[in-house]
Amino acid sequence: MSPRMIIRRLGGSLLVLWLVSILTFLLVQLIPGDPAEVIAGENATVAEVARIRTELGLDKPVLEQYFNWFTGVLHGDLGHSLSTNRSVVSTIAEAAPATLVITTMALLVAVVIGVSAGVAAGLTQGSWVDRAVSTLATLGIAMPSFWLAMVLVSLFALTNPWLPATGYVDIREGFGVWLSHVVLPATALGLATAAELARHTRGCVADVLTRPYVRTARARGASGAWLVRKHILRNSAIPVVTVLGLQAGRLFGGVIVVEAVFGISGLGSLAINSVLQRNYPMIQGYVLLSAVIVVLINLIVDLAYGWINPKVRTA
Amino acid sequence: MTTATRRSRPLNVISVIVRRPASAVAVGFVLLLVFLAVAGPLVSPHDPEVQDLGNRFAGLSSTHLLGTDEFGRDVTSRIIQAARIAVTAPLISVGVALLIGLPLGLWAGLRRGVVDAVAGRLADTILSLPALVGALAIVAVLGPGLVNAMLAVGIIFAPGLFRVVRGATLAVAEETFVESAVAIGSSTRRTLWVHILPNIAAPLLVQVTILMGVALLAEASLSFIGLGVQPPDASWGSMLKAAYTNQFDSPFSVVPSGVAMVLTVLAFNTIGDSIRDAVGLRRRT
Repeated sequence: MSPRMIIRRLGGSLLVLWLVSILTFLLVQLIPGDPAEVIAGENATVAEVARIRTELGLDKPVLEQYFNWFTGVLHGDLGHSLSTNRSVVSTIAEAAPATLVITTMALLVAVVIGVSAGVAAGLTQGSWVDRAVSTLATLGIAMPSFWLAMVLVSLFALTNPWLPATGYVDIREGFGVWLSHVVLPATALGLATAAELARHTRGCVADVLTRPYVRTARARGASGAWLVRKHILRNSAIPVVTVLGLQAGRLFGGVIVVEAVFGISGLGSLAINSVLQRNYPMIQGYVLLSAVIVVLINLIVDLAYGWINPKVRTA
Repeated sequence: MTTATRRSRPLNVISVIVRRPASAVAVGFVLLLVFLAVAGPLVSPHDPEVQDLGNRFAGLSSTHLLGTDEFGRDVTSRIIQAARIAVTAPLISVGVALLIGLPLGLWAGLRRGVVDAVAGRLADTILSLPALVGALAIVAVLGPGLVNAMLAVGIIFAPGLFRVVRGATLAVAEETFVESAVAIGSSTRRTLWVHILPNIAAPLLVQVTILMGVALLAEASLSFIGLGVQPPDASWGSMLKAAYTNQFDSPFSVVPSGVAMVLTVLAFNTIGDSIRDAVGLRRRT
């Protein structure tokens, strides 16, 4: 990618993030009725409502409110949790590691299973491997991750007590313990994406196989493994990376429910509790963070194109 | 995302779908679901609300085909009762998404201009959030409950639908028959309604069918985390939540509602894929 394109792409991302900040800010403004009264709850006294109104700056003009809030965001200040009064940023920072680890591991599960199954199916079109992969992928796409999580818990934690059914343990407490807590949630979350990737990779490999350059390479006597590595994988990578970028955002949403199944106190549980408690500063922080993560991933995906496929660099 | 390559008559589409065994079964399944949603109380083997606390977590038997739940209620009857929500909840979401995405997409595709620029940017912004995160944020504003949750899901679906409609409209708007219709003075409303809408129906239908399945999954997810259906109402998602709480006592209880859900989503996806193939659209990639 030319520097000019990179700058344009960066500008686009920043614009989207700025628009997200406006929508996020509007979350509180859009609450039907008086936001301060709704947030304070039904049994709140007049004084409490007034306190919340001043604390969130709801007594000021909207534009001034947005300006103050946005300046805070730019300085890394997202306000305070209404339930614990702790800073939103530090609460999120505490909950984030578990979520990020599980999402990343799920992505790993998805890539390893999805791409290998897809390549295998694409290279052996019409075989039983191909049919099995297609059937499993169709099923996997229709399966909600939290149900898969429950089935996995039922099979591998309750019926056969091999793995822990709930909780998350930091990696500093030992790699084995950490891994045993991560395997089930990451698999439950990653399999649907693996199914999507397998379907997609199969299509790409099948498509590349019909290209003249593959036929030429074969005619020149290229071996199977060399052909797969040099021509097929490389040329199938771009659409696959695109899907991966789209799926990363989906994983970040799906992890909310998977965390609930495994009783992991990560960002998802934080988000659910914040919605139930109408803890708006927390919700705003969470929504902003999600947008930043998704926009960043998409940016990385776009930049990765240039690295994978030299043809895009000049485009 | 998808481009129309060949136009076909509705009758052809239907015959292709019904001739394929997989999609014929899927259509049959959805029809069964609609029947259960309408006539559930008439065919239900037991009253889904009646508790029998002496008979909790009963296994599979001829009286209770799928056993009983934590209050001794018949699981089969509850699955049938929840079919109503499995049909209505996706309809709410997809309806909302259509209501927002269709007119905006048509207008943006034909007239471009300010509507296209503003709606396009807004769509990008909403699509930059993971769907469930966006739905959660909207539920935070509207408050929990089935209707609010499905409204939220519909709002989150709207940008995707907008893009599909806009893309398809852009392609059709370049066709000669549209250009000549505009040239002889056909109003925008008439052009959209008579010339463009019938020609973008295929990609729209595919998208709508697939969204039905996604909406059902979203309903289940939101009900599972307590933001969707509220007790005593039951959906497959909220039944799964109860089953999850009692998983130690009865590991089997996660199976019936989960399987019902997977089969339904599978049916919607199969129908969507068949329509896509029948009308010669490129496969979802």
